Amino acid sequence: MNKNNNEPKYTVSYSLKGKDFLEGGKASSKIKSRLKDLGISPEIIRRVAIIAFEAEMNVIIHAYHGTIKAEIDPEKIAIETVDKGPGIEDVEKAMEEGYTTAGPEVLEMGFGAGMGLPNIKRYSDEVDVTSQVNEGTRLYATVYFN
Amino acid sequence: MKLQEVKDILNAKVLVGNLKEFDENSFAIERVFASDLMSDVLAFAEERTMLLTGLTNLQAIRTAEMLDIEVVVFVRGKLPNQEILNLASEKGIIILATDNSMYDSCGRLYQKGVKGMS
Repeated sequence: MNKNNNEPKYTVSYSLKGKDFLEGGKASSKIKSRLKDLGISPEIIRRVAIIAFEAEMNVIIHAYHGTIKAEIDPEKIAIETVDKGPGIEDVEKAMEEGYTTAGPEVLEMGFGAGMGLPNIKRYSDEVDVTSQVNEGTRLYATVYFN
Repeated sequence: MKLQEVKDILNAKVLVGNLKEFDENSFAIERVFASDLMSDVLAFAEERTMLLTGLTNLQAIRTAEMLDIEVVVFVRGKLPNQEILNLASEKGIIILATDNSMYDSCGRLYQKGVKGMS
């Protein structure tokens, strides 16, 4: 895919486990500190951190297991999550604020109000979500440096 | 507003952090975002904001961390466990706790000139 000198300069990847709420946010925290180490501007880091955190929580809340990856190249940062899980039946609907399939135990943790994907969209320049029911979901969100 | 004043207005306890150090080196508290829903915090809270919440779990601290929120106040007398306090301490997040409800906490601060996000 990434031929033509388009290889990402720097990639970090972490695995995620469904329903492991105690670990929720740990991967995003690590991604955030890597970005800080790379000297990326706080405004960009903030956007990427929010995207990563919501995407990570989505995998933990909804899927069985998955990975979260950050790709940093000179033009942009991309956050990708890939999971094995129930998938999303209607991606367009899931992008709407307030649409949720999460149960009350997730709401008690401060999530599950149908704001995850809309928040990711709000802070990304581009978002691509592909999903197959009973297979899983891939999310790819991009933030450009300018 | 100094964080020390916030503490007095809310009659709060300090669970993590040093208020004197914060007041000397960091920003004045001018804005608050209050919510138990972390996705709303992630959507709407800006920088240099203090977070008021009744949610005392790890995700509240993670949310603050992602947004560079440096001060979190737990309302309604809710106390987090040690693991949560340790994470806050590790991330340099100040934690206060008050017995006041969310509404009362917001009202007291608003009356003294601390504004919200809108």
